[in-house]
Parts: sequence; C-alpha cells; structure tokens
Amino acid sequence: MSANPSEKPILRIEDLHKYFGKNQVLKGINLTVNVGEVVAVIGPSGSGKSTLLRCLNYLERPTSGKIFFKDELIGVREHNGKLVPLDEKALNRQRSHIGMVFQRFNLFPHKTALGNVIEAPMTVKGTPKAQAAAAGEKLLARVGLAEKSGEYPGRLSGGQQQRVAIARALAMDPDLMLFDEATSALDPELVGEVLQVMQDLAKEGMTMVVVTHEMGFAKEVANRVVFMDGGVVVEQGKPADVLGNPQHPRTREFLRKVL
Amino acid sequence: MGETQSFWQFSTEIVIPRMLEGLGLTVQLMILSGIGGIALGLVVSLCRISQSKLLYIPAAAYVTIFRGTPLLLQILFVYFALPPLLDIRLDAYPAGVLALSMNAAAYLTEIFRAAIQSIDKGQMEAARTLGMGYSLAMRRIILPQTFRRLIPPVVNELAALAKDTSLVSSIALAEMLYITQRLGAKYLRPWEVYAWAAAGYLIIVMGLTATATYLEHQLARRE
Repeated sequence: MSANPSEKPILRIEDLHKYFGKNQVLKGINLTVNVGEVVAVIGPSGSGKSTLLRCLNYLERPTSGKIFFKDELIGVREHNGKLVPLDEKALNRQRSHIGMVFQRFNLFPHKTALGNVIEAPMTVKGTPKAQAAAAGEKLLARVGLAEKSGEYPGRLSGGQQQRVAIARALAMDPDLMLFDEATSALDPELVGEVLQVMQDLAKEGMTMVVVTHEMGFAKEVANRVVFMDGGVVVEQGKPADVLGNPQHPRTREFLRKVL
Repeated sequence: MGETQSFWQFSTEIVIPRMLEGLGLTVQLMILSGIGGIALGLVVSLCRISQSKLLYIPAAAYVTIFRGTPLLLQILFVYFALPPLLDIRLDAYPAGVLALSMNAAAYLTEIFRAAIQSIDKGQMEAARTLGMGYSLAMRRIILPQTFRRLIPPVVNELAALAKDTSLVSSIALAEMLYITQRLGAKYLRPWEVYAWAAAGYLIIVMGLTATATYLEHQLARRE
C-alpha cells in the first residue's frame, strides 16, 4: 500500500460528463485524488473507466464539468464565465506533469528502449542528451531493464515493453501517473512483473489512478477503490470495504463475476 | 547525310550522344520535380489531415484538380496560360519543373496521407501525453515511422514521373524524347531512335528501383 497519502488534493473532478455523439459515457463524475494516493478504478467494460482516465489529461475533451489538477483547470481556462480550450503550449505543459501508461504500451517502434525514455525530456524539456541518457539508464534500471536499453521495442516481451513505457512516463518526472488497463494486453505470466513495478512506484509515494481488472492489485496496493458502472461512480472506499463488503447490489454483482 | 549507315554506326555516332544529352535533362527534370513534388506533397498532405477547414478544403481541392486534369494540359497551362494571367514570363524549363512538381505533389499527397493515417493513433496519443506538441510529435514520432512503408509507393510515383517528363517535349524542352523525335524525323530512321529512347527511360527507372531496394534494406536493418 502507498506510504502515507496526504489530505491534500492533487486532482479534483467536478460533475464530469462525456458524450460520444448521442451516447453518454460519463454521467456526472465527482472524484478527488489526494497527493500520494493510489486510486484503483474498477468496473465492467463500457462503464466509462477508460474514458474518465483519458479525460484527466484531456486526451478526450469532456462535454461538461471541470477537472482541476493542482488547482489548475485541465485543458481549458475560464473566460467571461465560459470554458475555452487552452492553447497547445499550456496544454503540453500540463500534460508533461501527468504520466500515462496505455493498455497497448504505444512505445515508439523506431526508437530503442532508451530512445523512448529520453525522447520527451530532450524534445520537450530541452534536457541535453547525455544528461537525459544518464537519467534514462537509471529509470530503466529501476524497472529492471538496465541491460535492455539498446533494444528496439519489437524485440522485447510485452511485460518488458510495458515497463519501458512506465520508465518513459516517469522520465518527465510526473506528479500523477495514470494507468489505463496496463496489464490487460499481457500474457498472464507477464502480468506480475508489471504489477511489481507499479507497486514499487506506489511505495515510493507516487500518486496513481489505476484503471484495472486486477482485483489483487486493487486490494493490496490501492488506498481507495472506485467502482464505476454505467458512467457513474457507484461506490468507493477502502479496498477492504468495497471489495470485501460491497454496499451496492451492482458492485456485488460485478465482484461475484470477477472474483 | 550518310546514305546507308549501319545500325551500330548510326547509333553510336549520332543517336546515343544526342540521347545522352536528353537523358541528362530528363534525369534533372525528374530529380527537381521529384524533390519539388515530395516537398509540396508533404505540406499538402499535412493540410489534408488537419482539423482546420481552412487547410483541408484547399488541400482536397488541390488534389482533385491536379488528379482530375491531364498532365499535358497542366504543362501547357503553366507555360502558355499563366504568363498572361499573372503577368509573368516563365521559361520552358522552370515551367516544366513547376507543372511536373505540382502534378506529382497531388499523387504524393494521397500517398503521404495514407501512410500517416496508417500509423496507430496510440503513437500520437503517447507522444501528446508526454507533453509533445502536435507538430513535434508529427516530426519526431509519426513521420519517421512512415519512411519504410513510403518507399514502394513513392518509387512507383517517381517512376511515373520519370516517364511523364517526356510530356514537356510539348513546350520544346530538349529532353530525351524531344531530341530523339527530332533525330528520327531528320534521318527518317524512327525505329532506331525510339528504341534508344525506350532504353533510356528503362535505365532511369531501373536505377530508381535499385536505389529504392537498397534504401529499403538499409532501413530494414535498423529495426
């Protein structure tokens, strides 16, 4: 479990709605994440978990509602009482503080493991190559891949690729990490190595929002479990409570199916 | 005029030296128009996939116009119709390069667009979540991944362009076909001169193909 989550919010979601065409995927989400907290978001597929996560760094544009990251609106600013999209530079700056790990890794196939890790520090932050590479080697060592830094993604296993992707996100020194079903595309025997890296990160005090199907991880590592269904947060609380003694019938039904 | 020069004599003394001059110009036209077409095609394709109507509508119109009208007409238009229209005077050489570039660009636009759109959209998302801007991500992440899959269709287009250069003979540019055509008329030995012209184009296209195969192997080795 994460060391000592504070009471200081880093992320505040207020009445978030998202439509895809006429299809309403998020129906008013309210959620706060504190510094150092690990929040596991669970729920059936189609419940809106991934969409919620993708709104947090403005990969999806919310239809309405507000998301505050460190007391700053994400992706938009208020102008004469209306929300207008931020210019690209400001959005890039916000995103550079929020790391994201994808289900399908999305490593850059034309760059080595190290090349993937140092790309953004070099091109976004302007870190000199030698310095970025030294830091990158350290990050790869941290995810247990020190000796793979020169390999291209195509020659790495799924678990290794996902660990490189985690190192790549960490290279920007984010304050918040988002995991979008980070182990769902992995062969079962490779899931453990990725969860281990995520657990280590949690121990070091990283703030994490983790969309996951791994109930074990939610139970062992998360400070809080959020159960979503049909575009709303149905129930949330301590892992032992939500997973061990769910209050809502929909939570019970879901847990019965997955456990 | 030699009454009965042998095929070999006629070829080596008259046709080949003149043809090589024309071949030089043909290769020049191909390279310049190829570079122009690739540069312009890249810009138009980036406009074509843009979210902004101000960019993609003109880009789509450009492709429609240049693919929908004959190249010969475009060459004649640039050479004869632009000067009075815009009050500029273009020599045959720049007019030919311009028309060929603009025509090739229309086809290359669609080739680039398809290649860019074939890259998994997770690549752009991953780059953007790291704080990279759209154009930085395009330059560093998306475009480099298209290079290898671009080689075959681009070579195809350049081969077509190499042969299309023959159409600028219509504005009296002394490229390979123009020269050989004139020789054929002068000596009344059409089959020899056209055979050598055909050989000239074959050599260019084969050289192009060999270069492409080499490039493809080099890129393949890096992955």
